[in-house]
Formats: sequence, structure tokens, C-alpha cells
Amino acid sequence: MIKVTLNINDFDRTLLVEPDENLLYTLRERLLLTGTKKGCDQASCGTCTVLMDKKPILSCITPTLRCEGKSIHTIESVAKNGKLHPIQDQLVKHGGLQCGFCTPGFVMTSIEFLEENKNPTESEIKEALSGNLCRCTGYKKIIEAVKAASEDMK
Amino acid sequence: MSGPIGKRTPYIEAVQKVTGQAQFAEDFHFSNMLYVKFLRSPHTHAKIQNINLSKAKKLAGVCAISIGRDLPIPFGVLPISPDETAMAVNKVRYIGEIVAAVAAESEKIAHEACSLIEVDYEPIRDFLEPDDSLIDCSPDEQIHSHSKNGTNVHKVAELYFNDPKKAIQNSDISCTRTFKFAGVTHGFTEPHATVAQWNDDETLKVITATQVPHYLQKYLSKVLEIPLHKIRVIKPVVGGGFGGKSDPFPHEIITSYLSIKTHRPVKCVFTREEVFISNHGRHPTKMTLSVGADKQGKITGLDTDIVIDGGSYGSFGVVTSYYNGVLLQGPYRINEFGFTTTRTYTNKPQCGAMRGHGAVNPRYAMEVIIDELSHSLKMDPCDFREKNFLPANTLTVGQLRITSNGVLDCLKAVREKSAWDERYGNMPDGRGLGIACGFFISGSALPINWNRYPQTVVHTKLDFDGRVVIFSGASDIGQGSDTMLVQITAEELGITMDRVQVEVADTKLTPVDLGSYSSRVTFMVGNAAKSSSIKLRDELIKTISKEKNIKPESIQFENNRIFTEDKSLNMSWDEGVEICLAGRGSIVTMGYYISPQLGGKFKGSGAGLSPSYSFGAFISEVSVDKKTGAVKVEKVWGAHDCGKALNPLAVEGQIEGSIHMGLGQAISEELVYENGQFLNSNFIDYKIPSTLDTPDMDVTIIESDDKEGPYGAKEAGEGPIHPVLPAIGNAIFDAVRVRMYELPITPDKVLRAIKEKI
Repeated sequence: MIKVTLNINDFDRTLLVEPDENLLYTLRERLLLTGTKKGCDQASCGTCTVLMDKKPILSCITPTLRCEGKSIHTIESVAKNGKLHPIQDQLVKHGGLQCGFCTPGFVMTSIEFLEENKNPTESEIKEALSGNLCRCTGYKKIIEAVKAASEDMK
Repeated sequence: MSGPIGKRTPYIEAVQKVTGQAQFAEDFHFSNMLYVKFLRSPHTHAKIQNINLSKAKKLAGVCAISIGRDLPIPFGVLPISPDETAMAVNKVRYIGEIVAAVAAESEKIAHEACSLIEVDYEPIRDFLEPDDSLIDCSPDEQIHSHSKNGTNVHKVAELYFNDPKKAIQNSDISCTRTFKFAGVTHGFTEPHATVAQWNDDETLKVITATQVPHYLQKYLSKVLEIPLHKIRVIKPVVGGGFGGKSDPFPHEIITSYLSIKTHRPVKCVFTREEVFISNHGRHPTKMTLSVGADKQGKITGLDTDIVIDGGSYGSFGVVTSYYNGVLLQGPYRINEFGFTTTRTYTNKPQCGAMRGHGAVNPRYAMEVIIDELSHSLKMDPCDFREKNFLPANTLTVGQLRITSNGVLDCLKAVREKSAWDERYGNMPDGRGLGIACGFFISGSALPINWNRYPQTVVHTKLDFDGRVVIFSGASDIGQGSDTMLVQITAEELGITMDRVQVEVADTKLTPVDLGSYSSRVTFMVGNAAKSSSIKLRDELIKTISKEKNIKPESIQFENNRIFTEDKSLNMSWDEGVEICLAGRGSIVTMGYYISPQLGGKFKGSGAGLSPSYSFGAFISEVSVDKKTGAVKVEKVWGAHDCGKALNPLAVEGQIEGSIHMGLGQAISEELVYENGQFLNSNFIDYKIPSTLDTPDMDVTIIESDDKEGPYGAKEAGEGPIHPVLPAIGNAIFDAVRVRMYELPITPDKVLRAIKEKI
């Protein structure tokens, strides 16, 4: 086991982790931050997306030891004191979720995208979300929610 | 309606889902918990000669190991085919079948222990394709000893009404084609997960990702030999099912067993590869379909011969076999009708129920042949269909009772919205439109287990706090049934949805519901919830009218108020509750649903019976790259008759999700095996559509107001998938003049078909 200090959701946590441990395991099993989901553990579905230094990464293929000194944000940090982020709010309103398992991953991917793209087109939204799989919605309402959130954020 | 019925209503749990607070089975942690991993078979078909556990047992951190003979009692979701055991007993039947299970202090240790288990196998002849399974073999080569006539045939389902063969022969025109459909799987994003906890009072609690908590309770009791009343199955938030979580599963039974054995909580979470290996998806299918018509475009007969590849166990296969045939009785009138479906066992993971159960592949075949017949008659394919639609309130030849029927409105809607009449047949080369219709059950009228209980019961509780709690076994798997229950109850009681809460899918607390399958929940549980809340309202009316000396029929409920038109009574909900509960406290009412008696008196008459049927018509627009053969679905217009949209937001979501799933099966999804070995058991090689593949979607909800559905509602979760695939196939014909008889329609197949035509 190796000692590592991670800044998770704006709080430093010092942990002992296995050398081959991935960040998804650390978040879910050691810190019980279960909002981040394990859909495939193979970097193919996007459900485990978190932000590292504000950029979306797949936590299932990110070694925890690589995260030393980085700032990690998970789905649990997105709503502030019960106030939803515009993308969360619009996903709710648009019905951009059904089973909800892929939803945290979509939220995390969208947050960074919306920061970088103030006036996204539909094709830009589709491109940005193409690494996140959803089996329930057919994506239409998710795409609409991202568009609506971009309006809210102006 | 003054309440939430018919209004676009976000799911009641939506905020929990967007904030990551929703708890799925894999999110449950208990102190002192163990983790289970499985040793799986490397052989397609082999006798187990010996299992040596000694090395595995010695590994530090291993707490319990179990093998097939610990749990030998067979089970299966259908009582007619209990052919499965929790782990392989004596022999394995597919690569990936569970042979042993280890519970250990960590997943890593459990995994390592599995690799230390030594198993000696003696391979047996394997049967990998249905054609292999149809031929004779020696009894000890049979996959199951009970299969018929020295072959590996599991089930032959057939029904013939009148003489379809002769009718087709004597028709003005006919079309006979052979179709092949690859196996596809549900692809839900949440892997199977189960946490089991054996308590000191000798009760078992199982938190599991399931669509059928009630059936799981039943089979846990059978296999573990524990009385039903000691088993509590809880369905937490479930990350999609689509039929893939609608069987009792070996891992659920084994995890429970290991908890009993160790007296500790045990957790099992599948890897994505294990999810694929467990499959239970749509059967690979080969079918020959003949349809005849007269010169005016009336269908004269339908005859089909279908072989479906069931894999190694039964699952829902007997039902699938019938559904392949019987659900072709709509939406068109066909009086000369027959089918034979043969389900074979093969040495591959089992197939079962998947969205649109049994009817998706035959629907593709039927709609493609109708397109061909229309072209032979130089008749518009929409007109041809319109000529043949069943009316409302009729019986089909096999005595399926059709009540509400909005198929014509569906067709008209998509025809107009897509500008079909101007554009069909007139599009540039490589671009085309295609039409197809659909038909599906709205709940199976017959329960899987024959008994005298209702198919669902709902309890509604009112207490001093003014809160109404609905207790229902209904399993919300993302389709929005919890929200539907709250909407109905709030509607009937004239209160806002925030005053209504649910306790659902917990076999200790909630009355029985059979589960989320066969598109039954809105129809059956909705009716039960409505009836229960009406009883509660009647109770309020009775006491208030007595206390206030007001005519019962004049009392109304709206916006959290109880009042009369003339305002001689005008009180808040809470005041009404206080009156109603005076002297007796909390009250509970009950509603239930039992299907009406339906169907004929012949063998097989129960298959496909439903209290109501949904209908649909979809048009798709595609572009085909003639150089590469790649198909891009540009737009889909979908109209679905769901009777009444209790929650239009959710109904749209079901239709859009069906377009997604139908698109996947049509052009990219396929389970690939080589010598029984699964080759694409991951989301990189098994291609479900991404945002980039998503077409424009134009959804129309048709409301035909079903006389028996709650507020006129019927299903919307499965019916919409059926027309999606053939609408794409038919659009490809319009674009490049080739017929696609094999799914998925990958570029190589399109290219080959184009070349063969030239």
C-alpha cells in the first residue's frame, strides 16, 4: 500500500492505496462516494466520468497514484447546498434521464463542455457526449437539456 | 383532469439521480461484508469429473466456497421449464457458466481463489447452431435430458387457423422470404449486482438489481429451501432492465447462499463481461415467412416457420416461441394464419426476454414483405397497410381481443409529418423513406404462475401527517412507474404530488406485484392504484359528509382542498384528514387488478392474450453511402398509440429510447461467437448507438382511450420498438433498391446486396 494525498471535492484526503488501484475504486470503495458509477470498468461507457483539474476523465482507467496533487471533482460536489447546476436542473425538467445510472457521467462531461462552449450547436453537443452511453433515453432529451443549460448559464 | 395526469411530469426521483444520491444495488455497503467471485466454465459442453478446492480454501481471506451440488434444486422463471441450477451440477453447458463461487474478504482475494480451484472436465460433443441441435444425437450428448426425440429441441410452438398454406397458394400474389437475425442483448448500463444479508433471526434480506422481486423471492425459497416468509427481496434504484433482469439469476441465489453460510453480508457485482455472458437477450432467429394478397391489396394469408436459438437454458423461451408467431395477428386482419416456432438448445449463454419480447424479429420480416407486396401491386405501402388494419373492438383469428386501436391515426400522423406522399419514391439516389407498423401486448393477461391471486395489489395509507403513502410491488427500472403511481394517487385525491410518497418493490413491506415485464405495469398497477385511491377518497367523503351533514356526491377534491361547489364546505386537506382519522387513526385502502377472462379454448390459446394492445406506425429516413454500404438513419417519425399518456414526458422517453434500441439492432448490434466463445462481450466491440448515431426524432402520441386502461392508458415501453427496424429496412430499399433480409444491416451486407443487384 502506498500513501497518497488527493484533493477530492475541495478537501484533502490522505489514503493508503494499492499501486494498481484506479481512481474509480478509490472513490467508490474507500471513500464511499458512490455517485460515480462503474458501468464497464473498461473505458467504454463514460459512467465513471469525474473532473480532474476541471477536465473530464474516466476514473476507471486513471491510476489513483497519478492523482496526487490533482483536484478531483465528483458528482457529489456539483449541486451546492441543494442548488442544482443548470445541467442537472435541465436534465430533470427535460426528462433527460430514465434509469439514471449513466446520468452522473453525463453531468460531469457536460459541465466542462458547457464551461468551454457558451453557444454549443447540436452537433458539438453530440460530439462532446459521444463517449457517454445511455441505453434508455435515445439521447434526444439529454441533448436538449444540455442546450437549455447553456442558455441558463448565459 | 385537474391533477397531474396527462401533464409532463419529471420523475419523482430525478433529483436524486442527477446528484448521484440514488442508490443502486452496487452502491450498498455493509460492515463486515464479503465479496463473491465466480469460477466459470472454459468449455461449451463438458462433464465435470472432479473439483478440487483444497488450494483455494487455504488462501488467506477466503471465507466460503460453494459448488453446484450445494444448490442442486432446479429453477427457471417459467414453471414449465425449470432447467437451470445455480451452478453447474455434473456438467457445464456453455462457456462462462458458473462452476464455483468464492466469498472472501475482498474481490481480489475471491478472484485469486477462483483461479486456485482445479476442475477436471471431460468435453462432450457441443451444439453451437440451431441446425446442429435439430439433428438426432445420443442421449448422453443431449444438452438437457428432457429435450424431445433425441434432439436438442426445447420447444415446438405451433398454431394454425384455417388453411394458410392453401390460401397463400390460391392468392393473386404472394411473397416468401427467409430472414436471419443475429442475437442482441439488452445493454443496460448498470451491471447486475446483489447484496445479501442473513440475519440472526434467520431471515434473508436481498438487495438486488431485478425487475421481478416477487419471482426472485419465490425461487430463492425453492432453491435455498427457506420459507417464503423469511425472505425479503428489495429492489433499489435499478439501472435499466429491458427484460435482462426479469429472471431469477444464479448469482442472486449463490450470493444469498454464501451469506447464509458465512452469517455475513455478501456482495456480488458483475463485470461488464459477465453481464454479456449472462445474456438472456433476444434469440438469434431464422425464419421463412409467406404472405399472400389479392389484387386489391387485401392480405389473404400468413404462414411462417421460425427457428430460434435459445442457448443453454429455458428462461422465457416457451413464451418467446409463441410470441414469435401469435403477435403477427395484428395490426392487420389475417384470417388464414399459421406458424411453427422451434426453439433449440445450444451450448451458448441463454436467450430470454428483451424489449418487444419475441415479436421484434417477425415484425421486421412481416413489414418488409408487406413492402414487397405493395410494390408488386404498384400500391403505396401506406395505402396497402391501411386497407388491412384491424378495426377497434374486434377479435383476431386466434381470439386476441382488440379493444382500443389507434393504428390508423398513427399512420396518418407519420405520413403527414414526413411529407410521405410528396417524397416517397421521389428522393435522390441513396436517400429513402420507409414505413412500418407495430402491435404489442399491454400486459400478459395470464400470470406466469397459475394461482388465484390478483396480478397486482396496491395499498394506500393515509396518516395524521396528511401524507399518503402508496405501497406497491411495482418495479421502477427507469420507466417511471413510481411517478405514475404518485400521479394517479394525487389525481384521485386532489392533492399535490409532494404529499404522496411511495414504498415500492420490497417483498416484506409491499403487496405482490408480478414485476416489470410484458408491458404490464401502467395498465395493471395503474388500475390498482387508481382503485385504491378512489376507496381512500370515498372513505374521506363518507366521514366528512357525515360530520358536516353534506351530500357525499357534492364533495370535491382539488389543490389540497376539500370543498363543495357552493363553498358550504371548504376545508384544507389536513382538516379533512383530521376528521377522517378521528377515533380510528391511520387508514389503509386496497386496490387490485385481475385480467378479464380472455381467449379461446384451444391449446396455446393463452399466448399473446392481453387486456389491451398498443399500436404504432413509424417512418424513417435514411441515407446510404453506395461506395461503403454505410447506412445513416437521418430521421425517424414515430407515432404510438398508448391509449392515454399519463405522463407525456415519460411516454416520449419510451418512444425515443425504443428508436435508439431498434436502431442498434437494425444496423450495428450483434453478439458474435466463435466455437461457442463470446467474441464481443464489451461496449467497444458490441456497438450500441452513441449520440453521434442518433437520428432526429419526431414523436407523436396517439390517444385511443382504452376502455379498461387507467384513464384510458395502455403500454408505451415495448410496442414502439417494433416498427423501428423494418422502417429502416424499407427505407434502405427506397434509397438503393435492395432488400435486406439479414440483421444487423452492416455496410458489408449492403454493399454485397448492391453489387448482386448490378
